[in-house]
Amino acid sequence: MTESRSSSPAEYTWPERGHRRLIGKRLSRVDGPAKVSGKATYTYDVHRPGMLYGKILRSPYAHARIKSIDTSRAERMPGVKAVHIIQGPGTEIFWAGDEIVAVAAVDEPTAEDAIRSIRVEYEILPHLVIDTDPQRAGDMAKPTAEEIVGDPDAAFRQAEVVVEGVYGLPVITHCCLESHGLVAEWEDEENLLVHISTQAVSSIPNQMARPLGIPAGNIRVKMDHIGGGFGSKFSPDRWGIVAARLSKLAGGRPVKIMLERDAELMVAGARPSAYGRIKVGAKKDGTLLAWESTSWGTGGMGGGGRPPLPYIFEIPNQRKQHTAIMNHMGSARAWRAPNHPQACLLTMAALEDLAAELEMDPLDLFLKNIELTGRRAEIYRQELQIAADLIGWKTHWHPRGDQSHGPMKRGLGLAIHTWGGRGHASNCDLTIHPDGSVEIKLASQDLGTGTRTGITIVAAETLGLPMDRIKVMIGDSRYPASGPSGGSTTIGGVSSATRRAALDALDQLFAKVAPALNARPEDLEAVQGRIRVKGDPGRSMSWEQACATLGGMPLTVRGRNPGPGNLTSSGVGGVQMADVSVDVETGVVRINKMVAVQDCGLIIDMKTAESQCYGAMIMGIGYALYEEKIMDQLTGRMLNPNMEFYKLAGLGDVGELIVHMMTGPGYDERGVIGLGEPPVISPGAAISNAVANAIGVRVPFLPLTPDRVLEALHKKGGHHATH
Amino acid sequence: MRPIEYASPRTKEQAVRLLASTWGETAVLAGGTDLLSLLKDDVIAPRRLVNIKEIEELRGIAFDPRKGLRLGALVTIEELLDDPRVRQHYSALAEAAEGIRSPQIRNMGTVGGDLCQRPRCWYFRAGFGLLARDAQGRSLVLHGDNRYHAILGNEGPAYFVSPSSLAPPLIAYEARLRLFGPGGTREMPVQAFFRIPQSEEEREHDLRPNEIVTEILIPPPRGEASATYEVRQREALDWPLATASVALQMDGDRVTAARIVMGHVAPIPWLSPEAAQTLVNKTITEDVAQAAGEAAVRRARSLGRNGYKIQLARVAVKRAILRAVQGGAR
Ligand SMILES: Cc1cc2nc3c(=O)[nH]c(=O)nc-3n(C[C@H](O)[C@H](O)[C@H](O)COP(=O)(O)OP(=O)(O)OC[C@H]3O[C@@H](n4cnc5c(N)ncnc54)[C@H](O)[C@@H]3O)c2cc1C
Ligand code: SF4
Repeated sequence: MTESRSSSPAEYTWPERGHRRLIGKRLSRVDGPAKVSGKATYTYDVHRPGMLYGKILRSPYAHARIKSIDTSRAERMPGVKAVHIIQGPGTEIFWAGDEIVAVAAVDEPTAEDAIRSIRVEYEILPHLVIDTDPQRAGDMAKPTAEEIVGDPDAAFRQAEVVVEGVYGLPVITHCCLESHGLVAEWEDEENLLVHISTQAVSSIPNQMARPLGIPAGNIRVKMDHIGGGFGSKFSPDRWGIVAARLSKLAGGRPVKIMLERDAELMVAGARPSAYGRIKVGAKKDGTLLAWESTSWGTGGMGGGGRPPLPYIFEIPNQRKQHTAIMNHMGSARAWRAPNHPQACLLTMAALEDLAAELEMDPLDLFLKNIELTGRRAEIYRQELQIAADLIGWKTHWHPRGDQSHGPMKRGLGLAIHTWGGRGHASNCDLTIHPDGSVEIKLASQDLGTGTRTGITIVAAETLGLPMDRIKVMIGDSRYPASGPSGGSTTIGGVSSATRRAALDALDQLFAKVAPALNARPEDLEAVQGRIRVKGDPGRSMSWEQACATLGGMPLTVRGRNPGPGNLTSSGVGGVQMADVSVDVETGVVRINKMVAVQDCGLIIDMKTAESQCYGAMIMGIGYALYEEKIMDQLTGRMLNPNMEFYKLAGLGDVGELIVHMMTGPGYDERGVIGLGEPPVISPGAAISNAVANAIGVRVPFLPLTPDRVLEALHKKGGHHATH
Repeated sequence: MRPIEYASPRTKEQAVRLLASTWGETAVLAGGTDLLSLLKDDVIAPRRLVNIKEIEELRGIAFDPRKGLRLGALVTIEELLDDPRVRQHYSALAEAAEGIRSPQIRNMGTVGGDLCQRPRCWYFRAGFGLLARDAQGRSLVLHGDNRYHAILGNEGPAYFVSPSSLAPPLIAYEARLRLFGPGGTREMPVQAFFRIPQSEEEREHDLRPNEIVTEILIPPPRGEASATYEVRQREALDWPLATASVALQMDGDRVTAARIVMGHVAPIPWLSPEAAQTLVNKTITEDVAQAAGEAAVRRARSLGRNGYKIQLARVAVKRAILRAVQGGAR
C-alpha cells in the first residue's frame, strides 16, 4: 500500500500565494458543531458496559514514610471489586496528594466509602514547600556553576546605567477543565483497551506496556476529544497503570478513573516557579552591554527547569547562575512553552525597568537593540510596529507613572517571545475510495487546537475537493503512528504528512485517468471536484468518474513527516502589548486591551490560528493576575485545590483582545510552524510592564494581586497607599 | 455506601420534627450551593438531609410601604435581584446581590442559605475545624496563610471571615430575622444572628440544629441614601476581599444617622458605630467619607498576610458612602 512518489522532492511544496483555495482562510473548525451541541465525546463521557469506578487514597502529608496500610474493611465492603496498594509500607512519600491505595467499585460513592475506610499509618518527615528563598532550602538547593559570556565585569564598568531588581513567578498548575483520567478494560487476558485523555495517543501503548508486562501492540488507545492538556498529559500516569491493574483484578471489567478537581490541581501538573535577581548594564542611549542573573525556582522533587536567560536579547556580556530547589510541592510537568514565560518575565521586566531608568520609551529601547535578537530581528521590528499601531502605543504611552487625577491609573507594557514549532514525526494513511470518498487515518489527537480541521483543509486543498468530502479519523493508536502534541509540533507534522499523502495519491490517480483524458499524468490537475488538463479545462472528468477507474480497489497512500520537500520549519517570533488600568487605592488590576502579533510561517486555518492566540492571552491573563499554587507551610498541603481560590480569568476579566497574524512574503515560504505555545509566553511580562508603567513602580512578582500591588505602592511611598 | 436519608417536608413544623437536636446528625438543604460542597469535601456527614424547598410559606417577596419588605428564606438571589421594589427601596441589598456573579448560583442560592452558609476559610474546608487548629492545637491561620482572613474581630480563636454578602446591607437596614424551632418562633435583629464562636462546639450563627430561618423582615424605607461597595479581584465570580454597605438618614445634605456594615473582614458582618458616628451632622464630601473609612478600620489588625485588607475595607467604606449620596456614581 505504500508507494513513493516518482517526482522530485522539489515538487512537495505548498501551493503558492494566489493558488490557495482554503489554506490560510478563516474557516470554522470541523468539529465545532459537535462540541457546542454536546455531541463530542470526551474521556469523561465514556461509559462502558459493566464499568467500575476507581478512586485513589492520597497522602495528606507532604513528606512521610508509610508505616502500615490496612485495607481489610474496604476489601469486605459490598460493591468493592478490587483493591490495589500503589505504594506499600516502607515507601517514602514526597508530596501531599501522592497515590497510596486504589479501589474499584460499582459506583463512585461506594468507591469513596472504601477509600475512607482504609487506615494508613505514616511516619511524618520534615517538608519544604516554599520556593522563594534558596537560603532556606538547605541541601535541597542545587546550585549550578556560574556561566560567563564575554567579559561581564568590564562591561558593567563600562555601562553608564545599571539597574538591578528581583522578579519572579510562582508555581502554577495546568488546571485542565477536563481532569486527567481514563477508562481501562481488558478485552481478554492479553489485550487492553484504553480510553484516555491524552496528548500522545501513539505513545501511550508503549508507556503502559512495560509496567503491565504485555506487548505494546496489545494495547489500544482511543480518544476523541480532550478538555485541555497544556503539556500535562503525555503520560498514562501512575493512575493510568493502576486503572489497568484494577481492571485486571476485577476480571477485566472497565475501570474509570477521572481525577477529582483537587487531585487535578495538587498532582496532575504544575509549572515550575522562577525567581531572579537581575542586573542589566547599558549605555545612556540604551545600547545593552551587560547582563547578570542569579536565578532559582522549583518544580518539586525534580527541581524544575532552567529559564533561558537573558531571553531573546543576546546581550554580549553575561554572568548567569541558577539554583534548582527540590521541594515537596508535587512534580512539575511541561506547561505550554516550558521555561519561556519565566524567562520572558525575568528579562522583559528587567529591560522595562532599565528603560524607565533611562527615561526611554521601552519600545524604543527594544528597537534600539533589535539586532541582539538575531535572525528574527526584522520580524520583531515589523511586529513591534504593527502591535504599536493596534494598541495606540504612541498616543497612550507615557513615562512611568500615570500622573492623571484619581485612583485609576492606566499603563502600557510590551514583551516579545520566540518558540520552535517544527512539525513532528507523523504518518497518515490517505484512502481514496472508488466511490470518490476520501478518508485519512492517523493516531494523532486534537488538543482543541484544530488538528482535524487543519488535516481536512490540507487534504481538500490538495485534492481539489470541498472540505466536507474529507473524513479525518484520529485518536486511535491502531491508525498510523503520529507524534505527541507537545512543543507546538502537531500542525507542522500532520499537515506535512497529509500534503505528501494527498500529492502522492493524486499522482497515482492521474496515472490511472491520463489515458482516458488523452493526456500525460503530469499535465493533469485536480480542481473544483474535477480532474482536468492544465490550460485546457474542457478536457476533464468529475472526481467521481476519476475514482471509479480504481475499480474494486481503494487507493491508500502513506504520507510521512519528515519527508521530501520543506513543508515545515522552526522558529517564530511574537510581540504582545497590554493596556491596563490599576486602581491604586485597592490594587485591583483590570485589562483594558491586549494585542498579540504573531508569526507561525504558513497558516493553514486563520481562524483556529487566531483562536490559539486568543486562548493563550486569556490563559496568560490568568497567570499574570490570579494563578498561584498556594502551599501551606505548616501542613505542607495545597490550600487552593479548587476553582474558587485557584482563580482563572473569566469573560469579564479579559478586556478587548486583538490578534494579528503575520502572513505573506517572508512568512509563508517558511512552511507550517506550530503555534500552541508561543502566544502564551508574553502576557505575564507585558501585563507586569503595563502595571509598572501605570503605577510608577514595579510589582516584582506575579500574580499581580491587590496585596502585591498595594505593597509595591507602599514601598514606593507617596500618598496612594492611604487613600 | 454511606447512606443519607432525604426528607422533603411540606410544612415548617414537619421540617423541625425531622431535624435532630445535635449538630452533625441532620442538615437543612435549601439551594444546596454550599451544602453540597460541604458534603463532598467531607466537612459534614449528616445521616439525613431535610430539604426545605417544598415549604411554600418560606417563599415569596412581599412589600408594603408601611410595613416594609418581607423576604421568605427561600427567595433566590436572582428573585431578589429581579424585584424592582428591592432595587428601588433597598439598593444596597440589590447591589450586594449583584456581586454574586454566577447566574447558576443566583438561580439556586437562597437568601436564607446566604445568611446560613458556612465560612470559606481554606483550613475549615480542608477539615481542620472552624477554628482551624492542627493536632498540636496551633492555629493554622496564625501560623499559615491568612491572606483572606479577618482583620477585625480577630482576637481569636476564630479568624475566618463571614462569607455572606447579603448580611451587611440587611444589617444596615436594621432587618430582623425569624427562626422557627421546636419551641416556636424566635425573632432577632439580623446582626444578633451572627456571633464569633469561642470553641469548636460553637457556631458562627445563633441557630440551633433543629431550627430553620423562615423569613427576613426589613423596615419600611425611610428615604435613606444607601449603597454597597465591594472590592473584588475578578469581575467573574469571586469572593469579595472586603465590602461595605451603608444606610444614611439624611436631612437635606446633612446626615442625621448612619449604619455602616463591612463584610468579609471579620468572623461576623462588622457593624461600625465608630465610622457611623463620624458622619452624623456632616455633609458628605470625599474627606468626610475618607474619615469614616479611617474610623471603620481603626481597630483592625493584620494577622501577617492580610494587612492589605485593612486598606481595602477603608476604601470600601469610603466608596460605599460616596456612592450612597451620589446615587451610584463612585
Ligand atoms: C464560587 C462561589 C462564590 C460565591 N460568592 C459569593 C459572594 O460573593 N457573596 C455571597 O454572599 N455568597 C457567595 N456565594 C455563596 C452563595 O451565595 C451561597 O452558597 C448561597 O446563597 C447559599 O444558599 P443555598 O440556598 O444554596 O444554601 P444551601 O447550600 O442549601 O445551605 C447553606 C447552609 O445553610 C443552611 N441553610 C440553608 N437555608 C437554611 C434555612 N432556611 N434555615 C437554616 N439553615 C439553612 C444549610 O444547612 C447549609 O449549612 C458563592 C458561592 C460559591 C460556590
Ligand atoms: S462553568 Fe464549569 S462546568 Fe460549566 S461550562 Fe464552565 S467550566 Fe464547564
